[in-house]
Amino acid sequence: MSSAPVLPLARDASSRFLPWLIAFMVWLAAMALAAVLVLSSYGNQWRSNLTGTLTVQITTTSDEAVETTEQRLNRALEIIRKTPGVVSTEAVPLKRISDLLAPWLGRDVVSESLGLPIPRLIDVRINPEKNIDVAALWERLNKEVSGTQVDDHGAWLDKLIALAGAVEAITLAVLVLISIAAVATVVFATRTSLTIHRDVIELLHVIGAKDQYVADQFHWHALTLGLKGGIAGVFLATATLLGLVSLWSGVESSLLPPISLSIWQWICVLAVAFAAAGISTVTARITVLRALGRMP
Amino acid sequence: MVLGGGDVIRFQNVGVRYGLGPKILHDVSLRLEEGSFHFLTGASGAGKSSLLRLMYLANQPSRGLISLFGHDIATTPKRDLPGLRRQVGVVFQDFRLIDHLTAMENVALPLRVAGASEEQVREHVPELLNWVGLSDQIDARPPTLSGGQKQRVAIARAIIARPKLLLADEPTGNVDDHIAMRLMHLFEELNKIGTTVVVATHNKSLVTGFAHPRLHLANGELEVLKAGTPFSEHEDETDAEDRR
Repeated sequence: MSSAPVLPLARDASSRFLPWLIAFMVWLAAMALAAVLVLSSYGNQWRSNLTGTLTVQITTTSDEAVETTEQRLNRALEIIRKTPGVVSTEAVPLKRISDLLAPWLGRDVVSESLGLPIPRLIDVRINPEKNIDVAALWERLNKEVSGTQVDDHGAWLDKLIALAGAVEAITLAVLVLISIAAVATVVFATRTSLTIHRDVIELLHVIGAKDQYVADQFHWHALTLGLKGGIAGVFLATATLLGLVSLWSGVESSLLPPISLSIWQWICVLAVAFAAAGISTVTARITVLRALGRMP
Repeated sequence: MVLGGGDVIRFQNVGVRYGLGPKILHDVSLRLEEGSFHFLTGASGAGKSSLLRLMYLANQPSRGLISLFGHDIATTPKRDLPGLRRQVGVVFQDFRLIDHLTAMENVALPLRVAGASEEQVREHVPELLNWVGLSDQIDARPPTLSGGQKQRVAIARAIIARPKLLLADEPTGNVDDHIAMRLMHLFEELNKIGTTVVVATHNKSLVTGFAHPRLHLANGELEVLKAGTPFSEHEDETDAEDRR
């Protein structure tokens, strides 16, 4: 014999709106979590790509008769190689520099025949663990080789990483606020249901039902609603993220890595549905047990 | 704390007051021995329902001591109270049946709450519904039942778990005299097999028709009257006022 639930919680108005609210909050939470994960990936990628690199630029001078750019490049290379903490140096070939400039200036303009004063670049790899004094290196290069500039990626990278970290922290705060809002919503919905079914709950109390018996009914109901809302929210979030990934892939950018989530990151995003169901269930149970605890 | 055995329920100087309102019960002291049968009488507002609520542990007294089956309620751990409540069957004046459950499910509730198996439910509930004359209404829901049928479902629910104490609040208030007598005989049968019974009623013919002592409440004070004690003129007057 299948028995109807003693408390008809599924008929409550809250049972109709709660899954939608949970779905909306799960969508927000999943998007915020994905943002945190992507920003974290960006930070790691920037760190691994740019930390420990310097670019030295040798500009052309008007006095090429005294010392050619090529000669100054070789002298600069020598000085840099002797600097403690430098792992490797590489003079970027003129052809590669021309290739980099061609999209902006045109192939004809950068061709050697026009004699455009194209600066030479040295790609320097340094040991990130050795605290190399970039300012001192720059000063020495300037003193010994005219027309040199040192571009320390670490300086602006630190600012960028700090910015990414701040955005990540704000997004995490949003995630926490969404969780608090979810808990508050479930608390109010549960209290409303307790009020609606007060007579039946009092009857159950009088005939000897333990608080856990009543709490179990709310527990399973909240789990069902949480899962319904959670799965819907995650489904929407997945669709939104896939749409964003598709749009992003059409944007060419050398600085921003493509939006992509690893399999573990996708699992984290999908787990938001189960986290929402868990939060709903535990919150409903605690709310009911606290309310019943006040009964004689 | 376990108090002296023999008494199913014991009140010592119990008083009840809701909030800052007037006292509902004053210094009520009583002992109900195991297997006893009492009527509870009194005018409307005399405190009968409050007294019953104390007996089925729905309320706590403002003062005094209550012991149920030898357990001092004030010192009994909260986790043990459901076990005590399961030994008390209550027939409410307004039935308190759950409308979306069938008669069978309503009666089965105390068994399910106590963790009985579905097999036990299927065995005992139809049998009891048959006993109270509702074998053809097993799957009926309360809104489709008459007042008398609801009353019998409520009684079946109160006794399905074989309580040691049965409290009935105006159990014959919604039924005709014939069914009222049948219900009273049902209570007597339960009493004969050892159930302690308290029946709160306004029905004087019922009280005079059965030789049981009477707990009479007037202005929140309790008086225990022997079986056969006639109703006083004052009781007759207040009863007439209640009826009006």
